[in-house]
Amino acid sequence: MIRTRLLATLGVLAVLCLLSLMIGARAVPPGDVLGALFGDRGPDIEGIVWGARLPRTVLGLLVGAALGLAGAVMQALTRNPLADPGLLGISAGAAFGIVAAAAVVGVSTFYGYIGFAFAGAVLASVVVYLLGGAGRGAASPVTLALAGVALTALLTSLTSGIALIDPEALNRYRFWDAGSLAGSDFGVVWRLAPVLLAGAVVALAVAPALNSLALGTDVAAALGRRVGLVRAGAAVSITLLTAAAVAAVGPIVFVGLVVPHLARVVTGPDHRWLLPISALLAPVLLLAADILGRVVARPGEVGVGVVVAVVGAPVFIGLVRRRRLAEL
Amino acid sequence: MPARIRPLLVPACLAGATAAAFCLGLAMGAHWVDPVDVVRALAGSGDRFALLTVNELRLPRALVGLLAGAAFGVAGAVFQTVTRNPLASPDMIGISAGAAVAVVAGIVLGIDPAGLGLAGGLLAALVVYLLAWNQGTTGYRIILVGVGVTWVCTSTTSWLLTKAELYQAQQAVGWLVGNLGDSTWQDVPALAVSAAVLVPGVLLLGGWLRTLQLGDEIATGLGTPVQRARLVLLLAGVGLVAFATAAAGPIAFIALASPQIARRLAGAAAPPVLASGLTGALVVLAADLLARQVQLPVGVVTGVFGAPFLMWLLIRKNRYA
Repeated sequence: MIRTRLLATLGVLAVLCLLSLMIGARAVPPGDVLGALFGDRGPDIEGIVWGARLPRTVLGLLVGAALGLAGAVMQALTRNPLADPGLLGISAGAAFGIVAAAAVVGVSTFYGYIGFAFAGAVLASVVVYLLGGAGRGAASPVTLALAGVALTALLTSLTSGIALIDPEALNRYRFWDAGSLAGSDFGVVWRLAPVLLAGAVVALAVAPALNSLALGTDVAAALGRRVGLVRAGAAVSITLLTAAAVAAVGPIVFVGLVVPHLARVVTGPDHRWLLPISALLAPVLLLAADILGRVVARPGEVGVGVVVAVVGAPVFIGLVRRRRLAEL
Repeated sequence: MPARIRPLLVPACLAGATAAAFCLGLAMGAHWVDPVDVVRALAGSGDRFALLTVNELRLPRALVGLLAGAAFGVAGAVFQTVTRNPLASPDMIGISAGAAVAVVAGIVLGIDPAGLGLAGGLLAALVVYLLAWNQGTTGYRIILVGVGVTWVCTSTTSWLLTKAELYQAQQAVGWLVGNLGDSTWQDVPALAVSAAVLVPGVLLLGGWLRTLQLGDEIATGLGTPVQRARLVLLLAGVGLVAFATAAAGPIAFIALASPQIARRLAGAAAPPVLASGLTGALVVLAADLLARQVQLPVGVVTGVFGAPFLMWLLIRKNRYA
């Protein structure tokens, strides 16, 4: 049963990948797109396919998978169905990294900005965990979330302050903040891939232990799980996955929060299945939103972050209204 | 400290500090006006320069700061108590985001943004409440629906910012962070009337707040009309925040942090309404004193100093727990 659904999801994902290669600002015949993938169709079409659409599609796949995985792990770690990457200060850290890179350091390359955004996101997340867990005992979800909100407020204030003083920083920040897959190339993909791979490996490694953790800390410890180690692993994977994804494409809401819930409908609560299915469902959403964004405002396009929010919010509100809240 | 004195002493100290910050706000600025001259100007005499500075520039600014800060603080306490969630704040429930998207749209499209903030905030709150209504509603569902509405508003704001000219984007970011620099007497009446009606109203309904905080079942058992109480209290909070945001912008964080700070100062189990309002006013006024010196909007300063204070409270509490 699960296997059939897994295959169906894979099929949908493959179709979306093809569509993502076919659809864009310039109409290219499908035959030429496929031709350019495998052979020679002239520099013009190859430039569009290899230079823009293929890296964009691959980036969508990677970032989507990362957000889905991170969301599922985060909900298991905090045992909170509402845990969302934005909550732990990761997005605010990345935003601060970008304006700091523009105004203070004077970075001028695209990769430089992504690097600073990643560093800011990782630092923010580490500070939140340290704050939330300071003092005795483990970090309670509420303390962790409050620490995240406090740090987000601090970083957002600093970001706005810098953006008001430095127009170049504001310019960088506003285009990053809208969330977009456009403009990416394989350079971004190769730089992100190792980080995301590391995060995914850690996430899948702690998946069986997350099942025990869902029964409560005491039970997990009695079952022989090293609770502290599992939590640390989960935190590391969330940070790596989300920080890299957000740094590259900007803050994307909805995906990390809702995909694990959809995945739970497909697989049930077993994290060994839940995590891979989340990693497949999330890119389905992200690619579909990206393709929609290219179609709705021709010849321009709407960034994937905006499409996801505007299409996702009604779905989310519908879920909230219908399902019993304990399940969500 | 004896347990009985603290609930009285804390608001008294907060009120004193707020009054001091308010008076300093009249004297301090680009140039210093002596307290004697301030009093004289308030009474309507003295030299013309002091009259202009104190009565036309600093007094409306200080009044907007005082009232908006208090409104944010009280509304935050109401939201956090009614939803029983320390993270619930109007920032999360869509009001600020709704006001923001309306004002930014006004700036980008070249419409005078006065009044748009109020309309956007109230509209967002209405949409959230209607969508959260399904044979009654719960605090949890209001937060969740608010999250969804906030997504739409925030991402639309981001998209508008990418479509704007750079100078428009600067103006929009200046408003988005919360700014008292442009306050005039025009901003005062609506804000003052709403605060004068709604703050005492919320204080009078303190009994409902105390029972709602115990949970729906217990509150019903104690005779509180839960649905009606929640609706009335949330409406009051929405009104306060909508008017405050329209006058001063969504000053980061005051509604969220003031109740938490006040609760910890007062050593109470739930956010005390009066102390939360005073904390909000104090934080905004004090932050504005500093904001004038560094030529930045007040929202930058509240975030930069308020957030570490909340962090410190969190760490301290963790140690004791």
